[in-house]
Parts: sequence; C-alpha cells; structure tokens
Amino acid sequence: MADIIRLTAAELSEKLGSREISAVEATQAHLDRIADVDTDVHAFLHVSDSALDTARSIDERRASGEELGPLAGIPLAVKDVLVTTDMPSTSGSRILEGYMSPFDATVVKRSREAGLVLIGKTNMDEFAMGSSTEHSAYGPTRNPWDLGRIPGGSGGGSAAAVAAFEAPLALGSDTGGSIRQPAHVTGTVGVKPTYGAVSRYGAIALASSLDQVGPVTRTVLDAGLLQDVIGGHDPFDSTSLTDIWPSMADAAREGARGDVLKGLKVGVVRELSGEGFQAGVQSRFDETVALLQKQGAEVLEVSAPHFEYAVSAYYLILPAEASSNLAKFDSVRFGMRVQPEGGGTVEQVMAATREAGFGPEVKRRIILGTYALSAGYYDAYYGSAQKVRTLIQRDFDAAFAQVDVLISPSAPTTAFKFGEKLEDPMAMYLNDIATIPANLAGIPGISVPIGLAPEDGLPVGLQIMAPVREDARLYRVGAAIEALLEAQWGSTLISRAPALGGK
Amino acid sequence: MAKDALMDYDKALELFEPVLGFEVHVELNTKTKMFSHAPNGFGSDANTNVSPVCLGLPGALPVVNEQAVRYSISLGLALGCSIAPSSRFARKNYFYPDLAKNYQISQYDEPIAFGGSVDVELPNGRLVTVSIERAHMEEDAGKLTHVGGSTGRIQGAEYSLVDYNRAGVPLVEIVTDIIYGAEADAPELAKAYVATIRDIVTSLGISDAKMERGNLRCDANISLRPRTPEGEPPAPLGTRTETKNVNSLRSVERAIRYEIQRQAAILADGGTITQETRHWHEDTGRTSAGRPKSDADDYRYFPEPDLLPVQPSLELIEELRAALPEPPAARRRRLKAEWGFTDLEFQDVVNGGLLVEISETVAAGASPAAARKWWTGEISRVANVQGVEASALVSPGNVAALAGLVEDGTLTDKLARQVLEGVIAGEGTPQEVVDARGLAVVSDDGALIAAIDDALASQPDVLAKIRDGKVQAAGAVIGAVMKAMKGQADAARVRELVLERANS
Amino acid sequence: MSEISEEQVAHLANLARIALTPQEISSLTTELDQIVDSIAKVQQVATPDVPATSHPVPLANVFRPDVVGETLTIEEALKNAPEQADNRFKVSAILGEEQ
Repeated sequence: MADIIRLTAAELSEKLGSREISAVEATQAHLDRIADVDTDVHAFLHVSDSALDTARSIDERRASGEELGPLAGIPLAVKDVLVTTDMPSTSGSRILEGYMSPFDATVVKRSREAGLVLIGKTNMDEFAMGSSTEHSAYGPTRNPWDLGRIPGGSGGGSAAAVAAFEAPLALGSDTGGSIRQPAHVTGTVGVKPTYGAVSRYGAIALASSLDQVGPVTRTVLDAGLLQDVIGGHDPFDSTSLTDIWPSMADAAREGARGDVLKGLKVGVVRELSGEGFQAGVQSRFDETVALLQKQGAEVLEVSAPHFEYAVSAYYLILPAEASSNLAKFDSVRFGMRVQPEGGGTVEQVMAATREAGFGPEVKRRIILGTYALSAGYYDAYYGSAQKVRTLIQRDFDAAFAQVDVLISPSAPTTAFKFGEKLEDPMAMYLNDIATIPANLAGIPGISVPIGLAPEDGLPVGLQIMAPVREDARLYRVGAAIEALLEAQWGSTLISRAPALGGK
Repeated sequence: MAKDALMDYDKALELFEPVLGFEVHVELNTKTKMFSHAPNGFGSDANTNVSPVCLGLPGALPVVNEQAVRYSISLGLALGCSIAPSSRFARKNYFYPDLAKNYQISQYDEPIAFGGSVDVELPNGRLVTVSIERAHMEEDAGKLTHVGGSTGRIQGAEYSLVDYNRAGVPLVEIVTDIIYGAEADAPELAKAYVATIRDIVTSLGISDAKMERGNLRCDANISLRPRTPEGEPPAPLGTRTETKNVNSLRSVERAIRYEIQRQAAILADGGTITQETRHWHEDTGRTSAGRPKSDADDYRYFPEPDLLPVQPSLELIEELRAALPEPPAARRRRLKAEWGFTDLEFQDVVNGGLLVEISETVAAGASPAAARKWWTGEISRVANVQGVEASALVSPGNVAALAGLVEDGTLTDKLARQVLEGVIAGEGTPQEVVDARGLAVVSDDGALIAAIDDALASQPDVLAKIRDGKVQAAGAVIGAVMKAMKGQADAARVRELVLERANS
Repeated sequence: MSEISEEQVAHLANLARIALTPQEISSLTTELDQIVDSIAKVQQVATPDVPATSHPVPLANVFRPDVVGETLTIEEALKNAPEQADNRFKVSAILGEEQ
C-alpha cells in the first residue's frame, strides 16, 4: 500500500470507495504526519480532537451501504479565517483567541455534509493581512521546501499543510492572492474562484468586495473536487452567484485527458513580467509559454495598461473595507477584553483591547483604511481606487476579447526568507502584484506549479486567469499543463520536496 | 444640572425666526429584521431575538429583507417622493456598544426615496407643506441599560448592559428640508408633522407607530435666526441643536417650545449656541446637553460591500403606488364632508387623534354624530382620567354596538355610559354587559304602569294637581318611577304613561 | 507629498479606537506617509468620466423573504461574551466621571 499521505484526494477517494483504506486509517495517517512534522512546519493552529470520530462515522455509513460523495472520509484542513463550531476560529489574531463560533461557515457546513473529515485549523497572517504568515499572532508557518523561508500568505498554513502532506485538501481565502501566492511558493495548487462562486458566509471578512474562499490542494483535479463541494449559491451571502456551475472536477479530468491546449488563445500579460520578476521565475514561465505553443496554443502578448495602478488601488480598498470589518472586535460580545489601568470607560476599554489584541500590520492597515475613508480624503483615495477598479475590469474585458485565458507568473519571486520584507510594507505589498488584479475584477485565477527556479531550487507557479464565471476553463487548462509537465518530469513537482521530520 | 434661562416665548418670536428640520425614524413592522431572519418583535427576553448577523459575529453577512424594501418604497410614495431607480446601502462607521458591528448599515448618497412633501394641518387651521429631502432605509441599534448611579441614566452609571433584540430592526429615516416660516406655530407644526407621519405609516400598515415604544422617533433640529429690518437681507442661519429622545407628540411640541425659549435667552444675552445633541427629559420638561458635534463625527461612509444595489422595477413601483391608501389630508377633507361635521366638531376629532376610530365606528354601523359623540365625549374623558389612548379602551365595533343600543331604545344615554364602563372593564360586548348587569330599558308598559299606579297612589296631592292640568307636577311621579325602575326606563315614555294614567 | 502628521495619526487612531503608544504613532506616521505616497497614484487615472466599481460582479435586488429563521439560543449568544449579567452583555460605564 502506497503511503496514504502521499495520495492525492482523487486517489484516496478511490481507495476509500473500494474500502482498501478506511476513513479512520486515512485520518490517522494524517494526524500522525501532523504529529511528526508540524512542530517544524507549524501549519496548524488547532488539530481536531474529533476527526477520528467523524472518520469512524463515515466508515460506518459506508459500511451500511450509504452512497457517499467522492470526498467522504478525506481529511480537510481549514484556514482559521473560516468559522467552525467544533474548533476555535481566531483568524490568526490574539483578539479572537479561543473564540468558538456558534455556527459553521457555509463552506465548512458543505464540507461536513460531503463527508470530509475536518482535521484542523491552519495558520495565517492575522486577519489574512500579509503574504508570509509572519503576521500571525501565533508564530509563522514554515515553508516545507525550506524551513527558513516563508510559505506565502496569508494562507501559508493551508498551503504548507498540503505541501507537507499533513492534509490532502485545504480551504483557503484569497483577497489579493492569499491562496495563489502560497501555492506558488509551496509547489501546490490554489484556486481563487470567481467572486460569488463560493459563499463567504462564515469567512471572517477582511475586504468584503475582494475576499473569496477557494481550494488549496496538490493537484488541479483535487481542487476541482473540492470546489464542486463548496461552491454554488448560498442565500446567506448576498454576493453569492445563483449560476448553475459545471463540475470543476470533470473539467480538470477533461483537461488532463485531451488536447484542450490546441488552438487555445493564451494571453501573456506584458505588465506582469520583466522588472521585479526573479530570473528563475521568469525562465520557468517562459519555458511554459514555449510548451504551450508547442502544444498548439496561440500565444500572444496582451497589454493591461492599468495593472500598474492595481496594487495602489488594492491597498486603498482593502484597508478601507478592513477598517470597517474589523470594528466589531471591540471586546463587547466576544473576543479579548483588556481593562486599562484603573478601569476606564467603555471607549477606553475598546481602545486598550484593540491596541493589545491587534498586531502591527493590522493596526497599520486599519489606520490606513480609516484615513482613506475619512472626510476630505474619500474622493481622492477610496473613490479613485474604485475607479481604478473599473479601469482594470476594462483591461480584462479588452484582453479577454482577444484571448481565452491570461497567464503570468503567480508571484514575482520564489519564497523569500523570514524577516526579509517584514520591515518594508511596500515591498511586501508588491509581492501580490500578479494576483491582485483578479481580485479587483472578480475573475477566477489558479496557480499551478511549473518547476523550480534554477537559482534557488524553489517552486514557481503559473497563474492562469479566465473571465468571470469561467472557472471551469481554468481547471481544464490548468490540468492540461499539469499533465504535460508531470509527463515531462516523470513525477509530480511536490514529490521533489525535501523530506521533513526525518521522513 | 443647572437650569437653563428661558426667554418668554412671544418675546423670543419677536426677536428671532425659528428654523426647523426633522428626522423621523419609523420602525417597520416586518416579521423579521432588516438584514437578518431573526424576529422583529417587541418585549421578548433579552438577547433572544438574535442571529449571528444581529450580534455582528465574525463571518456573519447581511441579506436585505424584501418586505422592508417594499414598505420603504410605499412610504416614499406616500410622502410624495421619487423612488430612486438605483439606491444602495452604505456603512456609517462609529463605535458604540449598542451597535454590534460598530457600523450601522444605512443609506447615504443614494437613498431609496427623495424629493417629496407632506401637507400638515395645524390646530388653527393653517396648512403647511413640509418638503421631504429624503427617506432612507437603515437598521436600528440595540438597547442599553445603565446600571448603578441614582437615576438609571447614562450619567453616573457604574456599567451598562446591552440587549441586541432591537439591533437590526428595519427603520426608515425621513428627513425634511429646512423649514422656514413656521413662526409662532413652530411647536404646533412639529407636533402636527409627526402626527401626520404617524397617520401615514398607520394608514399604510407598515409600522405600529407607537411613540412610547420607540416605533416612531423624532429628532428635531432647531435654530434661531435674528430678524432683520424690512428691506435688509435676512441674517444667516443660526447654529442648530438636535433634540432627541422625544417620545410623544406632546413632548415634540414642548421640546421645540423649550429650545426656542432657551436659545433665544442665550442669543439675546450675547451668547452662542453650541452645535450639539440635546436630550429631552419628559419628567422635567427640559432639554440637557448631549455630545457636542465635532470633527470626531467622521462617519467614514462608504458603499456597503456586502450588499447589492436596490433597483425596483417600474412595475413594482406602480403596483405599490396603486395600492397606496388615500393620503391623510385628502382623507380628512373627504370624511369631514361625508360626516357633515362643523369645522369645530371636526377639529375636535382631529386634535383628539380619533379619525381612525370614528371612521371604523361609522363603518361598523354607527351614525357619524353618534360615533363622534362617544369618542370625543365619554371615551376621551375616561382615557384622560386613566392616562391612556382612547383607542386602547374600546374597539370601534363595540362603540358602534353601543350606539345601536341607544338608537333602538334599549339603552338610555345614562345607561349606555354604565354599559361602556363595563365594556372598558373587560366585561364583554355591550350586549353582554347589558345582559349581565341587567341594564336594559324596561320597555314593558305593564311593569311601568304598575310602578306609575303605585307612585300616583302614594302621592294623591300630585295626582290631583295633574288632573287640574298642572302637568309639570308630573315630574315628581316620573322621578319616583325612574327610581323604582333603577333608571332603566325611558323617561319620555314614563311621562306619557303618567299623564295617561292620571287622567284615566 | 502626502505629509501625514502625528496629530493626524493620533486622530485616526482615536476614530479607529486603538490606543496606540507614542512610539507606534511616530513609526506609523512615517510608514503611512510612504505608503500613501506610493498609492496616491490612483488619482492619476481616476478621471471624472470613469465610474466607480464597488462590486466586482454586478448584481442587484438580492433579497430575502420576510420569514423568520433560526436564532441563537441565549447560551450561544452569550458564550463568547467577556462579561455578562442578566442575560445581557456587560460593558464599562459609557461616560467617564468628568462627563
């Protein structure tokens, strides 16, 4: 029997279905792996103590002949931004330490209903603000490829968990790249679905108009299987789309099988290359472009002239919305309370609590957002940023009038070292340059591994973007590229990651 | 709290022109809250009508109540407003413990309704058209209870307790344009305006509109502008105060009068008005300073990203317009004509707030005159004594039934008042009270004749006088008979029979 | 170009209810100035003819029927409360003594 933890979710699904492996075995294997490696990786903030019970009940249901979904019995790691009734939900913040939600996020509820076994909550930058998990109040997660480097962020915990084989599947949230950039630096797959394709209900809001929940996995097919479970209309989220979605897993299978690349019109975004992009990232990207052409794809360069304003617009819109979304953390109904010395009014208690409960990056963005919204500055900053959003959407519209998908490196560099960008907020912010435009426009994006950068041997990801609602196209194209590259390499990229914890 | 100096009202009006503006908040009586499926109810145990949305729990998201939108459109139409083809919600950001998310979902630059007007009739017959700037949708806040200290007020409290049952109850805020020219009628106009809004929302059936419960709340803005000699340009507008916590029609009137007198005293003394919130105190009949308005009131409004624009179709707007009840002012004119009341009689009805009661009583079969007599007379008297609304005492159906019993001779007026007392005491319908108390007029001539004969026999001198043609002497006999019948006889009939028996 | 002052940051911190230390105010002033400088370029292209976008995927009229749904039990409502009394959330006095 192959090592359970190294199976993809799709493979595990088959073995669970044929009862070659039980859900308890699958769960135990991953719990053991967590016990072995998570001291080093620190992907998890909390490991479930009821996962085995859940797994047992799945096994019983299967034994009784119940027809279960494809992911029943498969362990799932959940980013701590998603609220859960059986585990604390902190969003990586001290202010929510120990918070127990009385309700499950919709994606969590749907995962449970599909029989997935929630194995734990994963680490993240505090309130999803960051690109490195260095801003977690509970200490950073380490990149399984190099424990001295960041695993990306904000969803570094989820990406590291799947990269370190602590879970085959994880849930993430992507506001400006928090699923795709960690996938890029950990050699895994991450999808930011179309805005509204997956419910945000129960995702602790960072920036409501940008946030999107999505799958974090090791293969494109696994991501499709998970999006099929969590996606679809949710009446509890007003921005949830009512579309009937095709199966993303089917799209991935179709892509891996066939010749979807032939005749595919692929646009390379001129503004997402060159200056600021690491040589090894660029060279792997260029090789992928060549590979696509070889497969009969029609590659052309397209321009998105307003992308250079995207990071600026993003760092106005996000802090503005976040400053309001995070106002609820005031020590009245839940969360930490700090009493100032000698008592104080409720106002002083709130201010002392927020001073003690929020980390520096959260404070920085709240102050920035408060500034961007305050009287006299709204039009210049927030209002202008919303206009840039329109211009970026127009850039995408123009590009998608010419091509089926757009591609770029998922991030300018491979995983950087801890502390490297911590003191320079703007440098950290620029790390999201490739991923931010998709959030501003609401379009879907995926990051798939395309190799290791020659200079540091670290993973590089390819970002594929499609028009709004065309998530299935991403899965088709992503799976096709994944299949081609793996055929070329003779293995998966992740199998080349160094061993951890003596294994 | 030092007592404010007040200027004589007439003197204040000589020196200054009052400039008004109102913000009336109407709580809608939908089944659920504005953005959550939690019940919109009054009087439940603390924190039981709450969902994750009402408590602003991490991850919760708002979803708009469709009925609240329909009600808001109807109200906008009834206020003569245009309905925005596209309106949207915005967040108003400020920290306060009764505000679960520390922002209120409201509407800012794109309200659902704008640019209307309402005709307001004053007790003196003057008709004032108040123009409406906008009406917008928003959510109510929770309720704070202040504990410790002597007064239960926020001042001096040791701590406060928060109940979020009211958090998220749908509100429509109706904002007037600046109102000039109210002059000495300013207090009456304020009261009549709020009463008109109350009539409108009541006739629409979209709010319980009980001011004492906070279903209808009025914030009154008032400033004074010094008068300038004729021919000179008007003085600039004065600094305004916003008086809150005014929870009865009578208080609206009193609070405005108070603020005019207070501000006038300050200004005449060379002082300046602080732009601030004033809290009205029902018990003392005064206002006190609240939070001063300052640049700290930077609400950082921005479009609510969790909600989508509201874009009502023309069909929906026309459907709701067609279903609008008659506007209260037009209705009053029509009813006055239909009922044939004099100006004075009708004013009595309007001032008593009894239009609805009387029209329902008429609809239940009473004559307009009888309905008016009962409601403005005995029922209002009792209501006054008990300190409650007349409408809370007895239903229009029962009043109509009572009037019917008088009409058909079952009851005399005097008996009917006793029956009403029974109905108010909860003894049942008028007929039930009549039966239970045995109060009906004795219309059996046999019983009356027996009583009359007894009375005549015991007063032979009176009998003689009657027979001598001194008819007025019959009074003593009639009185004795009515007494014997315990008042349950028709005095006119008794008189007829006395004369008949005496002369037979 | 943006020239953010420490007073301004202190004011923003007050609006945002964060009791920043003087050191934080000082360092945030510098950082914010740099950040605002580099993101102010949005104004270059945000001309009056460009409409603002607040929702990435345009929708309208998303409503919920006026039907009562599940509510929290009093235990669920209060279980995360730092302090409670009488089934309500307890907070410190709203006004200080001088008020």
